[in-house]
Amino acid sequence: MSTATTINYDRRGLLGTLGRDGLLQIILVANTIIMLMPIVIMVFSAFKTTPQIFQSPFGIPDFGNVANFVKIWTQTNFLRYLLNSFLVTGASMALILTLGTMAAYAIARYEFWGAGFILMFFLAGLTLPLKLAIIPLFMLMRDLGILNNQLSLIFVYTAMGLPTTVFILTGFIRTLPSELEDAARMDGASEARIMWSIMLPLVRPAMVIAGIQNVVPIWNDFFFPLVFIQRDNLKTLPQGLTTFMGEYTTDWGVLFSGLTLSAAPIIIIYIVLSKQFISGMTSGAVK
Amino acid sequence: MPQLRMTGRGLWITVLLVPPLAFVALFIVYPIVAAFAYAFFDWNGLLRGEFTGLANFHTVLFVEPYAGWTRNAFAHNVIVFFALMVLQNGVGFLLAYALWRELPGARFHRVAVFLPVVLSTIIVGYLFKLFLHPLFGVVNISLRGMGLGFIAQPWLGQDSTALWALIIANAWHMVGFPTLVFLAGMQRIPTEMLDAVRMETESEWVKVTKIVWPLVAPSATIVFTLLFVGAFNWFELPYIMAGLDGSPYGSTDVLGLYFYRTAFGNVSSGQQDFGLGSALAVLIFIFIAAIASVITVRLRAREIQI
Repeated sequence: MSTATTINYDRRGLLGTLGRDGLLQIILVANTIIMLMPIVIMVFSAFKTTPQIFQSPFGIPDFGNVANFVKIWTQTNFLRYLLNSFLVTGASMALILTLGTMAAYAIARYEFWGAGFILMFFLAGLTLPLKLAIIPLFMLMRDLGILNNQLSLIFVYTAMGLPTTVFILTGFIRTLPSELEDAARMDGASEARIMWSIMLPLVRPAMVIAGIQNVVPIWNDFFFPLVFIQRDNLKTLPQGLTTFMGEYTTDWGVLFSGLTLSAAPIIIIYIVLSKQFISGMTSGAVK
Repeated sequence: MPQLRMTGRGLWITVLLVPPLAFVALFIVYPIVAAFAYAFFDWNGLLRGEFTGLANFHTVLFVEPYAGWTRNAFAHNVIVFFALMVLQNGVGFLLAYALWRELPGARFHRVAVFLPVVLSTIIVGYLFKLFLHPLFGVVNISLRGMGLGFIAQPWLGQDSTALWALIIANAWHMVGFPTLVFLAGMQRIPTEMLDAVRMETESEWVKVTKIVWPLVAPSATIVFTLLFVGAFNWFELPYIMAGLDGSPYGSTDVLGLYFYRTAFGNVSSGQQDFGLGSALAVLIFIFIAAIASVITVRLRAREIQI
């Protein structure tokens, strides 16, 4: 990261620089307005009644009016969908990070026959969309008896998350010095003990990156629940949202507050942790 | 790396590797391989019938009305890909360049440009669907308010604008991703190299095309590949905004919708065919893999080693 590259390095003089930078500044401000405006309108509308939304779509609402939210909380399955999303995402992330760290540690730290092949196996299908293999996956879940069961989602998400996780963690573990482990080995520590006590604390930063890279697509996924889950009380948030939007087609205030409530958890986390989010989500593509 | 000295270590490595390998084998490798096998059979609903060779491929490519649907969906995917290439990656490159200058407020702009990326496609789809409502949507209300009422349209309700509405929604949703990947590429350009160019030329254009672009080409490879893969299995946004039929009049039908409809049926037509669906999936797979490798090879060749 060389921030020094941004100092003026042209010879056009002050006016030229001002002209060009001014144009770029205008582009940035305009873009930021375009990016934020829909989200602001969504949040504002969540606090309005339907007639208010139609009459003054840009007006600032009375933020004390939470009738729409109350309606969602008490009259719909929204809370159920939210809990399901937490459950599925949490279980998948726990499995991805545990299994991913195990595999990456084995590949990066031990010499054994077929290590290169196994890494390739993990990376296979990294760009091919698993969506297109949905028919065999559907049959597989049916044969395993876990259609209409959140295990089907957890298993698919875990498998989908492993390639990037193994890739990131293997690369990271290879950069770590092995002296600590060798010293522990001399002292007679078991291999499991070495992995748990020495490697795990060191690898945590890479686990955060791998975690962020996987948590957003899993939390937001709509496709696999659409195919695997039919029962309403098992639906995840994005899928539940479609049910909900279908019920309240004319009550726009409730529709917007449903969208706002669904978007709120991830927007809040993003704003608090934007730096980690951005580096986590783009890191795989920056290589 | 330590050599395997103790027999116990072989067991330990097996313990570490088998569970993750099992997940990938069972839920990624097996389904992808099976998708190819499925395409060669006649499927009566959920039950496998006769081996029919290439008949399913023949049907989706050459037998009407399937062939017509395939062509229609494919043509839309091509439009989507090129439009997003310009709107999303083109604008993304420009924004990355603007952010790279570290103008006042750059950090805030960077956070803002990436914010929509973390939202689910379902939220984005419904948001734009509400905004584009012909009577009550904020887009048409604003146009009428500005005295531009004659531009107001039923954006999602007519075949001339529906696909473009989806493309714009997608560009809004994802533009932050290429922006930040390009930006990261630009930030890795060594200062000395830019200083050297400053001595040679004062043209901004030359600097961008001869130095910045070739040096961010590695990032471009990933960005273009992901956009390509994403455009050709586009599903969620058209499903939410236009419906499984690609309405109106099939003007928003894309391969992802067509594939899903063929495999899992659709309420209005009741058709459901795993064989035809698998044949479509295989064709899309092969197409994506082939073009994605071409993109990778072509762009890698342009890359300059720092």
